[in-house]
Order: sequence, then structure tokens, then C-alpha cells
Amino acid sequence: MKTTGKLRGYIYAVTLFFITLSGFGQMPIFKRYYIADIPGLGWLAQFYVTHIIHYIAATVLIALVIYILFDFIFNRSGLNRITGSGYFKIVILTGLIVSGGLMVIKNLSNIHFGHNSIIVLDLVHLSLCMMLLCVSLYTLIRKKRWVN
Amino acid sequence: MTSKISRRAFLKGSITAAGSVAATTGIARAAKSITHETKEPLVTLLDISKCIGCEECVYACQEANTDKYPEPQKPFPKMYPTSKVPVQDWSDKRDVTDRLTPYNWLYIQNASGMVNGEEIELTIPRRCMHCENPPCVKLCPWGAAKQEENGLSRIDSDICLGGSKCKTVCPWDIPERQTGTGIYLDLLPSLAGNGVMYKCDRCYNRLEEGEVPACIEACPEDVQTIGPRSEILKKAHALAKEMNGYIYGEHENGGTNTIYVSPVPFEQLNKSIETGKGKPHLDKVKNLMADGTNFAKAMLIAPIAGLAAAFGKFYLSSKEDNQ
Ligand code: SF4
Ligand code: SF4
Ligand code: SF4
Repeated sequence: MKTTGKLRGYIYAVTLFFITLSGFGQMPIFKRYYIADIPGLGWLAQFYVTHIIHYIAATVLIALVIYILFDFIFNRSGLNRITGSGYFKIVILTGLIVSGGLMVIKNLSNIHFGHNSIIVLDLVHLSLCMMLLCVSLYTLIRKKRWVN
Repeated sequence: MTSKISRRAFLKGSITAAGSVAATTGIARAAKSITHETKEPLVTLLDISKCIGCEECVYACQEANTDKYPEPQKPFPKMYPTSKVPVQDWSDKRDVTDRLTPYNWLYIQNASGMVNGEEIELTIPRRCMHCENPPCVKLCPWGAAKQEENGLSRIDSDICLGGSKCKTVCPWDIPERQTGTGIYLDLLPSLAGNGVMYKCDRCYNRLEEGEVPACIEACPEDVQTIGPRSEILKKAHALAKEMNGYIYGEHENGGTNTIYVSPVPFEQLNKSIETGKGKPHLDKVKNLMADGTNFAKAMLIAPIAGLAAAFGKFYLSSKEDNQ
């Protein structure tokens, strides 16, 4: 039980790291600000590469979230054990997955979303990401856990 | 430049009659069919063998789209880091017509090739291909690049920040940047953005009014035809068969809404044309969005895998408990 919990934590941390990095890589900033010049980080300026890495990381994240959700349900772990910051992060993650999922659909051939909905999706996804980063930093520093 | 203008003026005089005939017949019919055809993407067919390189289309494009061209504010704000952010200013070179620029969305490319042992010269109108699944649109991080239901793609100059990602991901490097214009000036001009990207928008506003794009209407040789995808593809294949020719654009980058038909193989044409900045190639292009689409499909497995893992764990632990 303990080890799977730890493993989950590691997978979540690594996924969050890559999904954020590749997500920011969707904006043309890493080349401008020399980050892609750092040896080993050239891929951050390759849009098709960051696009695929973002998708892969999203796949892992979705699988992990669904696993934890059903693990919670099967074990009847009790919703009251989830902390306030935990709830907050769950809401943000759900928003990220839903908005991200819609963006994946939008990117398929022959799919047309309204122009304004695409702009809203982009902004919502980016804002939620910033929120998750802030809350995660807070919970990390204050050593707040997901569940009691 | 002067020679081009005089040649143009000469041609203009001699072809107006032909042009107006075309405008009242085939083109008018096309315009009518466009307004009524909504479901299928609109595709243009370019019969390269007919093009005489008169540049009427180029000037018609400029005339029709002048209002959309940028009027940048000068001096440009300083953009940092200066070594990484190039100032791209075409506002004093608006009359350049031998390449794509923010003020020239269509140009004529010279090519040559062999047909039946004879060398022939060809001229090819070049602009955005209007890909079926356009990377410039799909990968724009702000939704500034858009694709309309009729398949055309365009960049909204009110939203674009000029980061040039659309150009980087475009297999033909089509969009061109003008510094010193657009919304970035109102945000953090020294730290983010660098103007607005421009390219052919397939005269979306003319299409909305049931008119055909300006370049199509102006051509004295009826080089271009526009219509629903299935119809145009049929025409393109019939034309290619008739002239024993070749097709470009049907499968490039997974399919585009621009189909060229040429009597010379495109590999040959590609070798003969001048390529480089603002001058797109005619090479084969694989579907650049295909990997994304495949990974998107694989993403569907994620929830099932997560559920299976949770169930597996639950099953094993309840088995252990029962023992
Ligand atoms: S040719 Fe380039 S600019 Fe035109 S739709 Fe395709 S990706 Fe976009
Ligand atoms: S379709 Fe319109 S914008 Fe595009 S090249 Fe032709 S005239 Fe120019
Ligand atoms: S496409 Fe038509 S208008 Fe344009 S250069 Fe060729 S012949 Fe002239």
C-alpha cells in the first residue's frame, strides 16, 4: 500500500513536470529566452516534439487520475479524508483534463470549433495550469497532503 | 519593378475583354455554387500549363486586401533579447512581388522542366495551400489562426502576437511577419510578441459575399477554378489525364485545399524553382499532424488502463483478504 502510494506520487510528479514543460513549449518562448540553447533542451523549441510529449504526458496523467479515482471508489476510502487543498487540486485537474481533451478533439482533421470557443479553451487551459502550479507549490512548501 | 509594371499595364489593356467575359460566365457560376455549397471544403484547382505569369492575380490580391495590410507604428518598441527577436519590417517594401511578404500574399514562381524532350518554362502562382488539417491553425497557442468550415485558414490580425509559430510549423513556411503592429503593443511589447503574421486568407470576406477570391477573378487565362472538394478533385484528375500531367497538393501534408496540375513532374519543377525566404518549395510533404492524431487515438486507452489497474489492485487485495 505504502509503496504504491509512493510510486503514484513519483509518477504524478514526473508527469506534472513534463506536461508543464511541454505545455509551455506550445508557446514560442523557449527559443526566445535561450532555454532551448541549453544542451539537452533543444527539443523544447521543436513544436511537433513538445506537442507529442504533451499528449503522452496527458495520457499518463489521465490514466493515473482514473486509477486513483476508482481506487478510491473500490476501497470506499471516504470523501471526507480529502483535504481542502486536495479538493482544490482535483477541481483544477478536472478542468485541465476536460479543456485539454476538448483541445485534442479540436486538433483532429475536419473538426471545427467556433473561433471564440478555441480562444476561451486556450485561456482556460493556461489559467488552470498556472493555478495548479501555484497551489502545488503551496502544498509542497506547507507539506499539505491530498488526504488526511 | 518598372518592367513588371509596364508589362502588367500592357497585359491589362489587352486582356480586359477576356477577363470580363470570364467574370460573367464561369466565375459567376462558381461564385453562385460557392454560396450554395456549405458542407464540403472549397478547393482551388490551378492549371499551371495555362499560367502566363502576367501577375494580374498578384496585383488583384494586393488591391483586394489592402485594407487588411498592417500600418505599423514606428519606431518599433525595443524587444528583448535583441539577438533573438528579429525586427521584420516590410512596410517600406510594399511593392515587392517576387516573394511572399506581409504585403504580398501571392507571387509567381518561375520554373522549367522537360516535356517530350522539350524544355518548357512555367510560371506558378504560389500562396498558402489551405491545408485540410492546418498545423498553423491547430498549433497556434492563442487561437489567432483560424480555419473556417469551408476549409480556408486565416490569421486574425487582432489576436496574433507575431510569435511566428505558425510559420515554423507550416511545411511551406508561408506566414510572413510584420513587426510593430497588433495586440502585443498593448501587452508587454518588449518581452512577448513581435507583430502579426500575414498570409493569404482566401479572400474570406469576398467568399462570404458570394464572390470568388480576387486572384481567381482577375486571371485572364482562367488558371484557377474554385469549387467543392469532390468536384475539383474529379476535375483535377481529368485534367491531369488529359495533359498527361501531375498533381500536387492532393496528399501533401495529409491533403490541402489547393490542387496544382502540371505537365511537368513536380520533382522536376521543385529542382528548377528558387526557394528560400518567402519562396516555398514544391517538395513532397508528409502529414505533419498525423502523429498527433495517432497519439490522440491512443489517449482513449488511458481511462480504460486506469480503470483496469484500479480494478486489478482491488481484485488482488480482496483475494488476499479472503485468504
Ligand atoms: S500552407 Fe502553411 S499557412 Fe497555409 S494552411 Fe497549411 S500550414 Fe497553414
Ligand atoms: S485568395 Fe485572396 S488573399 Fe489569397 S492569394 Fe488569392 S487574392 Fe490573395
Ligand atoms: S495565375 Fe493568371 S493572373 Fe496569375 S500570373 Fe498566371 S495567368 Fe496571370
